[in-house]
Amino acid sequence: MSSTDTADHAADAAGAAADAEAEALLDRARGALGEALVGSHIAAGELWLRVDRESWAGLARWLRDEEGFTFFSFLSAIDWMPSPHGRDMDSTVDNVLDPPEAKEAPPTETGVAGGDTRFQLLARVSDVASGRSLIAKADLPTDDLRAPSWVPTFPGADWHEREAWEMFGIDFDGHPGLRHIYLPGEFEGHPLRKDYPLLARRVKPWPGLVDVELMPEADADGEGGTT
Amino acid sequence: MTVTERQQLSYIAAQAADARVNLEIETEGMTLNIGPQHPATHGTLRIVAKLDGEQVVSADPVMGYMHRGYEKLAEVRTYPQVTTLINRIDWLGSFANEVPFILAAERLMEVEAPPRAQWIRTILFELSRIANITLFLGDMAVQVGAITPVFFAFRDREHVLNQIEAATGGRFHPNFDRIGGLKDDLPAGWVAETRQAMRKIRRFCDEIEELVEGNEIFQARTRGIGVIPPDVGLSYGLSGANIRASGVDWDVRRDSPCGLVHDQVDWKVWTHPDGDSFARFWVRLQETREATKIVDQLLDDIPSGPIMAKVPVIIKVPAGEAYVETENPLGVMGYYVVSKGDLNPFRVKIRSASFSNVSITPWLLRGVYVPDIITILGSLYFILGDIDR
Repeated sequence: MSSTDTADHAADAAGAAADAEAEALLDRARGALGEALVGSHIAAGELWLRVDRESWAGLARWLRDEEGFTFFSFLSAIDWMPSPHGRDMDSTVDNVLDPPEAKEAPPTETGVAGGDTRFQLLARVSDVASGRSLIAKADLPTDDLRAPSWVPTFPGADWHEREAWEMFGIDFDGHPGLRHIYLPGEFEGHPLRKDYPLLARRVKPWPGLVDVELMPEADADGEGGTT
Repeated sequence: MTVTERQQLSYIAAQAADARVNLEIETEGMTLNIGPQHPATHGTLRIVAKLDGEQVVSADPVMGYMHRGYEKLAEVRTYPQVTTLINRIDWLGSFANEVPFILAAERLMEVEAPPRAQWIRTILFELSRIANITLFLGDMAVQVGAITPVFFAFRDREHVLNQIEAATGGRFHPNFDRIGGLKDDLPAGWVAETRQAMRKIRRFCDEIEELVEGNEIFQARTRGIGVIPPDVGLSYGLSGANIRASGVDWDVRRDSPCGLVHDQVDWKVWTHPDGDSFARFWVRLQETREATKIVDQLLDDIPSGPIMAKVPVIIKVPAGEAYVETENPLGVMGYYVVSKGDLNPFRVKIRSASFSNVSITPWLLRGVYVPDIITILGSLYFILGDIDR
């Protein structure tokens, strides 16, 4: 419990210490995972590790058994393809009656710790004793969306993997039973993929962007206006 | 009984349930559907329980009755619009839902809210915790057949909701947090009224303690029931009071604070070694009282100054990824925000507490007796909006 006037220094020191700790963990990960570690990133004391798909389950075991990350936070995925529907999702005209012309999709860009493929697994674990956390990523080839399951290591991954299977169409080898978790059993498609249109927007125009128009007193570049 | 004996008992019960299935005794099992409209499920959760006599052989929660697809909807909304959606995740502690998302956006924008905004944020954050857990304290008694405490809970929760309404304009859905600060300053006289509300809540906690905690029936129905060992709880991602009731001394407010000012006041993280339904109730009771103390201390010295940092009218968040989690009333809640420098988030992964907390039920309900299903579900305390999102 620091007092108010020393809080800033304490925060800076804590940030530097967290970054140093993340560096040390990254070094150990390099030693333990070797070639399997294909990318990493450190920001604000947070460490991202990107491994190849074959080492995904091994990474979980290493994190839990060797490094003490016993708390399973979440597992999900990211579809890095830019939405082919683009901004027409925000359109105020009816896209069903008046379909917009097809646009060329912008190039796919992946985020921190890099990425080579459209789909990327994303998971986070924590060590409750020391308060450390780590975000793990793994690329999945688009033509073979499968990965080893984390359920043998973290039983809590069960529902998260069912959700990722349902929302992105990713298969998990070794999962005890991939079934729908939110959507009805006969549902077709994978809603969180970027090429899955948000049908509500398709059938009913959306007036939602109106409220971020410039206020009359604001400058052209959008600065000011709030105090 | 010590905790190990209790763990052993629940283990033996689970083994016995297994053995009976394996022996394939002539008796036919029975499938019992609890929900989706059962009052113990706080919304529309269905539990498909396979029974052998009075014991549960397997329990399978079925959800999705309230799935609203917030992760998809967030991708087509601007950052300020997202708070309106995520208010509805845990509807009893709505303001607390907004905080981690706003903090994640602020981290990406490298904006920091001014001290006054951080202070008021923390106060409202703790008020949502009190409003949320107050209802649990009354509701837990209903699960064992005592009706009165829940009326006390509704009565006294109103004091807190009135304060939230006075400050934000909304009892349940404040939509008050903004990137860079808060929508408005506190109204006049709010601090004194909040102090009074906190006194009433402390009195309510005492009442619950006298009425419920020491009650013989309540103890018989909750002690040694639904024991979660700490390592199992952690591997299922249990958080909040559920994991602290298993003796894990972990609170995000203390251990990895981010953007809120819990480190400026003096308070204590409560844990209980037993890990049973009673422990989960007890820890939440202590936490409610502790939250009133946090609010009281924060009210003492709210810094003066602006409540909004300088941010553009049109908020474009620079490209990047950030994950921020906070200790919400139901457990650890976090948002993984991926931005591509646009008006909309590219992807928002919502880590909601109840989803992980309930994922332990197939393991936990194996071998328990039918009436204990209700007390165990009640003590895990989940909000369906927080499971289904």
